[in-house]
Amino acid sequence: MLRLECPVCGLRDHDEFTYLEDGSITYPKLANENQDDWFNAVYLRENPRGRHIEKWHHTFGCRTVLLVERDTLTHVIGKIKPAHPKIAAALKQPATAKKRS
Amino acid sequence: MTGSRFASGGLIDRKKPITFQYDGMPVQGFAGDTIASALMASGHQIVGRSFKYHRPRGINSAGPEESGALFTVGDNANRTPNVKGTIAEIHDGLIVRSQNAFPNVRYDLGAVNSLIAPFLTAGFYYKTFVGPFSGTRFWMIFEYFIRKAAGLGVASRDADPATYDIAHHHCDILVVGAGPSGLWTAVQLAEAGQSVMLVEQDFACGGQLLSRNNARDAAFIAEMQSRLTRAGGQIMIRTTAFGLYDGLVTGLVERVTDHLSAPHESLPREIFHIVRPQQIVLASGALERGLAFGNNDRPGVMLAHAIARYAGRFGVSAGQSCIMATSHDGTYDDALQLAEAGMKICVLDARPCYTDAQEAAKRVGLDIMFETVPVQVAGGRGVAGLEVGMCDSDGLVHSDNRMIGADVIGMSGGYSPVVNLLSHRGVKPVWDADIQAFRSGPTTEAIHVVGSADGFYDNEACLASADVAVSHILRPRRRDAETEIFRGWQTPAMPLFEINIQGRSLKSFIDPQHDVTTADIRQAHSEGFVSVEHMKRYTTLGMATDQGRMGNILGLATMAEARNMPIAESGITTFRPPFTPVSIGVLAGRSSGSDWWPTRRTPMHDAHLATGAVMMDVGYWKRAWYYPQNGETMDEAYIREAAIVRQTVGMVDVSTLGKIAIQGPDATEFLNQIYINAFAKLPVGKARYGIMLRDDGHVMDDGTTWRLSDDEYFMTTTTAQAGPVMLFLEELLQTRMTNLEVHVSSVSDYWAGIAVAGPLARQVLTGALPALDWSNNAFPFMGVQSAELKLGGAVIPFRAARISFSGERAWEIYVPADFGNAVWVHLAEHVALAGGSPYGMESLGTLRIEKGHVTGAELDGRVTLEDAGFAKMASKTKPYIGSVLRKRSGLMDESRPRLVGIFPKEKNKSFGTGAILCEPGAVSGFGKGWVTAVTHSPALGHWIGLGFVSGGYEAWKGKTVMIADPVRGATIEGEIVSPHMFDPDGGRQNG
Ligand SMILES: [Zn+2]
Repeated sequence: MLRLECPVCGLRDHDEFTYLEDGSITYPKLANENQDDWFNAVYLRENPRGRHIEKWHHTFGCRTVLLVERDTLTHVIGKIKPAHPKIAAALKQPATAKKRS
Repeated sequence: MTGSRFASGGLIDRKKPITFQYDGMPVQGFAGDTIASALMASGHQIVGRSFKYHRPRGINSAGPEESGALFTVGDNANRTPNVKGTIAEIHDGLIVRSQNAFPNVRYDLGAVNSLIAPFLTAGFYYKTFVGPFSGTRFWMIFEYFIRKAAGLGVASRDADPATYDIAHHHCDILVVGAGPSGLWTAVQLAEAGQSVMLVEQDFACGGQLLSRNNARDAAFIAEMQSRLTRAGGQIMIRTTAFGLYDGLVTGLVERVTDHLSAPHESLPREIFHIVRPQQIVLASGALERGLAFGNNDRPGVMLAHAIARYAGRFGVSAGQSCIMATSHDGTYDDALQLAEAGMKICVLDARPCYTDAQEAAKRVGLDIMFETVPVQVAGGRGVAGLEVGMCDSDGLVHSDNRMIGADVIGMSGGYSPVVNLLSHRGVKPVWDADIQAFRSGPTTEAIHVVGSADGFYDNEACLASADVAVSHILRPRRRDAETEIFRGWQTPAMPLFEINIQGRSLKSFIDPQHDVTTADIRQAHSEGFVSVEHMKRYTTLGMATDQGRMGNILGLATMAEARNMPIAESGITTFRPPFTPVSIGVLAGRSSGSDWWPTRRTPMHDAHLATGAVMMDVGYWKRAWYYPQNGETMDEAYIREAAIVRQTVGMVDVSTLGKIAIQGPDATEFLNQIYINAFAKLPVGKARYGIMLRDDGHVMDDGTTWRLSDDEYFMTTTTAQAGPVMLFLEELLQTRMTNLEVHVSSVSDYWAGIAVAGPLARQVLTGALPALDWSNNAFPFMGVQSAELKLGGAVIPFRAARISFSGERAWEIYVPADFGNAVWVHLAEHVALAGGSPYGMESLGTLRIEKGHVTGAELDGRVTLEDAGFAKMASKTKPYIGSVLRKRSGLMDESRPRLVGIFPKEKNKSFGTGAILCEPGAVSGFGKGWVTAVTHSPALGHWIGLGFVSGGYEAWKGKTVMIADPVRGATIEGEIVSPHMFDPDGGRQNG
C-alpha cells in the first residue's frame, strides 16, 4: 500500500486518495481552439520508467488536489504539494502568519 | 515408520487428552499437539497422496514448509482444504480428512496415474495443446483428467459462514518471528522505549528452541515474554506476516478460533491486521532443506531436524530405527538428542571426518558413516531400508548395493534463510557460498534482518546479530566498527543437493506435492526452459501450497548444474505474497453480504417502507421502485402510477440527486466555463438546465443549476454522476481554473428532495406549503423560490424550483435532510387528498421515456451533444470544457447513432432494453443501433422505447426497423419516431 503525506492532513493510506491523471500535463487555455493542442493534452501520455509527477485527489480527506512525485520503478514517493499555487503558498507560510491573514 | 509417543517429555499437556476425527476414525492426542504430531504418535504413516501420480505421502516436516501432510479440516460449509497438519492444532471434535485419494489414502485407485507417468512429465499440461495431439479431440480427454487431478483438496461450494475482521495498527517496530533472535530484539527495543509488536505464526514463542525442550531454553523464552510484556510490547501468536508492501505496510493474518472446540460466537475466525510500522525486524528464521535421492518421497523420509522437533516438542518418536543423512554439522545436535531419547540412530555424513562436531559425536559413541550418502529408499508404502553409496575424492558416488535397515530417514542439505518477506519488497536474494544458501540482498528501507533469517545458525551468533540491529535502530547515526559475526554452522557446509550414480535412473523428488523430480528439471532444461522462472512454470516446481519451501533450492541447483553454471548465476525465482495461503474471507473482513458495499438510504426511506414500497438498488442507494396496491404486479403498479401523474398528481423522492453549492464572486464565470450553454445572464431566482462535457467532447452529465443570489448557485447532478462531477469541479478549480474565486461544496446529503408533478401539483403545493404563491405568474417555469414551512411546531426552511423531468407541471422541493421524512409525509397527505399517489423509479422511467428525457442509460459516456439531440443548446460564442474536441470530424459524422423514439409496428407487441436495431433483411452483427429503455406508456397506450440508431429520426422516417433480440428470442418490426413522444411542445409543463 502506498502512503501519501498530504500537506494538509498528514500521512495517509492511498485508499483515501483518488488517482486523477498525469500531473505534468498542461492543458490549453479554454479559449485555445487548436484541436491538436487539446488532443495532445487529453490523449498523449509519457510512460516514464522512474520519476513521474502524478495528480491525486484527497477524496476521503481534505479534498485537495495534490501533485505527487513518484518513482514508477521503485514506488518511492518524493515531494507532494497542492496543485493550486495559492494553497501551496499558504501552506508554506508560518502558522502565525496564516492566523493573521 | 511406525510412530509412537515417548513415555514422557514434550511440550504437550498429557493431562489434557483430546480426541478428534481423522477419516472417520477417532484419534487421540494431547493439548499442544498439531494434527501431524497426533497422527504420527498414533502410528498413521500414509496421510496423503501426491498431485499427479497419487504416490503415498507421509509427514515430511514440522512447520509451514510441509508438503505431504495436507488435510481438509472441518465439515460442510466450514470446510477448509489444504490445511497444513504441521501447523494446525487439534481440539476436541475437530474433523480432519485426507485428500486427493479414492477411496482413501491407504488404497488409492488414482495411483494408476503412475502407469501413464510418461505423459505427465514436465510441461505435460502445455504439451496437450501441441504435437501429435494438436487439433485432435484428445484435448477433451486430457482436459477431463487434468481437471479431475487439478488441486488437492476441494473447497466448499457454500458461502463461508465464518465471520472475519480487519484491524489497523501503528507501532515503532514490527518484529516478525518469535524465535530467540526475534524475542531478544523485541525485548531490547521495548525496554528502550520503542512500541513493539512481535508476531509469531506458531501457537508458541521460541522458534527453534522449542525443538530441544530443555529447562534453560524454556526459562529464556519465559523471561523474554514476560520482559517484553512488562515493557509494553505486544505479542501476537498464531499470526502470520504474509506480505510486506509499500511504505512498510505489513499484512498479518491472526487465526483466532480454528484451534478452539467451542469458540465464543462473537469471535471472528481470523483477523486481518494491517500494520504500519516505522521499522521492521525480520527474524523469520530458516528452513531446512532435503536431499534429492531415489524414492525420497516415501512416507518415513523427513527433514532431519523435524524428527528431533517431533521428539523434543511433542514427545513423539517418528520411528524405531533412524538414518540421518546430512552434509553439515547442524544435524549432530539432532542426532544426539534422538539417541538420548532412545532411538537407534545412524548418521550418514557426506563429508570426511574433520570437524569438532563430528569428533565429539564419535566420542560419545554415535554410529556415523563418513563420506556416505543415501542412494535409494527401499519399501513401497513406507521405509524398509536404505541403499547407501560412497563418495570418492572426485565427488562421484559409487554404490555396491549396500542396504541399511531403518524405518525412518532424516535428510538435511543445510538451511535456507526465509527471505520471502524482503523478496516481496523487490529485494533479490543473493547466493552466499559460505553458507550454501540465498540471503537477502541489501535494502534501502528500514528493514533489519536478524538471526537465522540472515544466515546465522549458532544461537550466540543469532543474538549478536540481533544486538547489531538494535544498535542500528536506537542509534541510527552512530556506526560502530562492526565486528564480523560468523555465519553458518561451524564449518563451511558441503554443497550437496542431488545424489546421482552414473548409469542409474533414480526417482528423486524435489517437490513431493506436485511430483516434480530432478529428471523433470533436466527435461525442462533440454527443452529450453532454462530460466528459473520458466522452469518453475514449466515443471510447476514451487507452485504447490508449500510454495517451493521443500524443494526450491534443489531444483535451482539441478538447473544450475544442467546449465553448468554456479547457482549464484542461474538465480532464484521471485517470492510473492502471500507467504502462506490466506483465506479470501479475511481479506474482505466485514465487507461481505449486505455489507459488501455501503448502503445509502434517503431521509424518506421509512416513509417508503410504510407505504409498502418495493425498494431497488441504484448504486449504493435504496430507492422506491414502485408502490403496489391491493396485490398489484410491478407492471400494474407502475402503469397506474404513471397515469396518475398525468391525470392528477404524484410525488417522487429525488433526494439521491447530487447537489453542489457553488459560491464566490466568480461562480457565474465558472458555470459559464463548465456548461455548454450560457449562464452569464441567468437572473437570481431562476434555474437553468445545463449540460457539461468531458474534455474529450462527450457528454458527462446534465442537471439544473439554480441562481440563489449574485454569487451563489445550487447545482443538481444525476444520481450516478454526483461523485465524479464534484471531483471534476474541484479538480478544475485547483488546477486549470486557479484564477477563479469559487468554492464548491457537496451538499447532497444535506438536502432531501421531493418532486411534485401533475396537473394538480399547484393545488397540492398551495395547500401544503402556503408560504409561497404557486400561481403561474408568481412561480413561472424555471422559477426558484425559498420560504419556510411551519409543521408540528418546527419551522422548516425549503427551496423550490419549477422544473420538470416528467413533462408535467412540476416542482422540486428541497428541505434539510432531517425534515425529509416529515415533509414527505405532510405532502403525501395533500397528494392523497387530490387523488394522487407517490410514484417510484419504474414510473419515473415511464414518464421520462415518454418525454424523451435522457438518463445514464443514454448518457453512457460515449454520447456527443449531436447524438443526444442537445447540439442546439451549445453556445457558439463562448469556449467551454469539451468545446474543441467535440468538433472532431469523427464525432460530427452524420451517420453516428442518434437518440430516437421507438414504436412497435403492431401496437400490442413489446420489446426489450438491449435489443439491436437493424434494417429489414439485415438482422446480423452490431446492427444500426440499440434500445436503451423500454416502457409501457399509459399516455400512448402501447409499448415505447428510446434508443440510438444510425442517422437518427430523419434517416429512418417512413422506414421499418427490425427490433432484434436474438438472445431472448424475439424479433419484431418497429418504427423510428422523434424521441419526444408525448407533449412535444411542452404545453403541460409550462402551463
Ligand atoms: Zn488531505
